[in-house]
Amino acid sequence: MSEHIVSPKIYLVIFASLMLGTGITVWAAFQDFGKFNIVIALVIATIKATLVVLYFMHARYSPRRTQMVIVCSVFWLAIMLALTLTDYDTRSPRETRLAPSAVSHLLRA
Amino acid sequence: MHRTGELYGQFETLEQQKETAALGMWVFLVTEVLFFGGMFLTYTINRRAFSTAFGIGSNTLDIKLGAGNTVVLILSSLTMAMAVWSAQVGKKKLVSIFLIATLGLGTVFLGVKAIEYKQKFDHHLIPGRSFDMKYHPAHPMPGDDLEELDKEKQDVDKAFAVDPDINAHGQLYFSLYFGMTGLHALHMIIGAGLLLWLIKASFAGRFTPQYNTPVEVVGLYWHFVDIVWIYLFPLLYLIDRHR
Repeated sequence: MSEHIVSPKIYLVIFASLMLGTGITVWAAFQDFGKFNIVIALVIATIKATLVVLYFMHARYSPRRTQMVIVCSVFWLAIMLALTLTDYDTRSPRETRLAPSAVSHLLRA
Repeated sequence: MHRTGELYGQFETLEQQKETAALGMWVFLVTEVLFFGGMFLTYTINRRAFSTAFGIGSNTLDIKLGAGNTVVLILSSLTMAMAVWSAQVGKKKLVSIFLIATLGLGTVFLGVKAIEYKQKFDHHLIPGRSFDMKYHPAHPMPGDDLEELDKEKQDVDKAFAVDPDINAHGQLYFSLYFGMTGLHALHMIIGAGLLLWLIKASFAGRFTPQYNTPVEVVGLYWHFVDIVWIYLFPLLYLIDRHR
């Protein structure tokens, strides 16, 4: 098994895709998609991040062991985000505001 | 004594030795993902609770500087990737050139960030005693687009009607803005230090097709910092532009 060398051509294609993604995300931010603006922004960001991980960071050509570590990090991040947001989402609106309002008292000049 | 890519006793092959180094960096990056993840989570929860103040705060950021910096940072990832390639194919001079280009672009990014921070100081948008979201629309600075500023004034007035505590909640937005971009900038500064070290070693011609692990591993770190910005840019700058 020898080292896989990614060619500059692939790097340039990925770079061009990332630029395109940046352009689309700025354009989309000024269109009114209602609730979906944030979804679109995050989907584009995730596509860009995936391209960076797969090609710039060579994850696509890495051994399975390394790929598993990468997948694990996303998995644990998903647990942290999903469980915390579920908690906030299933409380009554008053309770959701409780902790941050306590902070706003401290911040009020 | 410098390492030159000889095989250490605990490894079977050079390939395994290289993969182990990359794996070590990845394990560190996993901890970084969760570290930054906590900040993104804090941001998300507060943004949902105080969407009016966060929207106004987000719209005070300069989208041209933010988007320009995104381009600069992605370009620096490209030059970093090219530095790795140059080392792998044994083009020693190109390794130095691409590493210097990466460092240069990273420095440009930090410079633009400093300009943005300075603006926030001038506009009284630093969390603390003199924080006031009404200050800048009422006190135009030289070079301001007055039409845009008038729109900002209307937006802030409307927001005050919806959320009377907007100066308190706006400080939450800017605390998170400075916390997250500051932490990202700190990672860039550390990355710049690592690049200086690589550039010095590349001048000595130490990176060859047999031995280029430091370039590869610092590259992983640099690309990770790029990914953090790929999420920071839309979340901090773009979230409320459509209103």
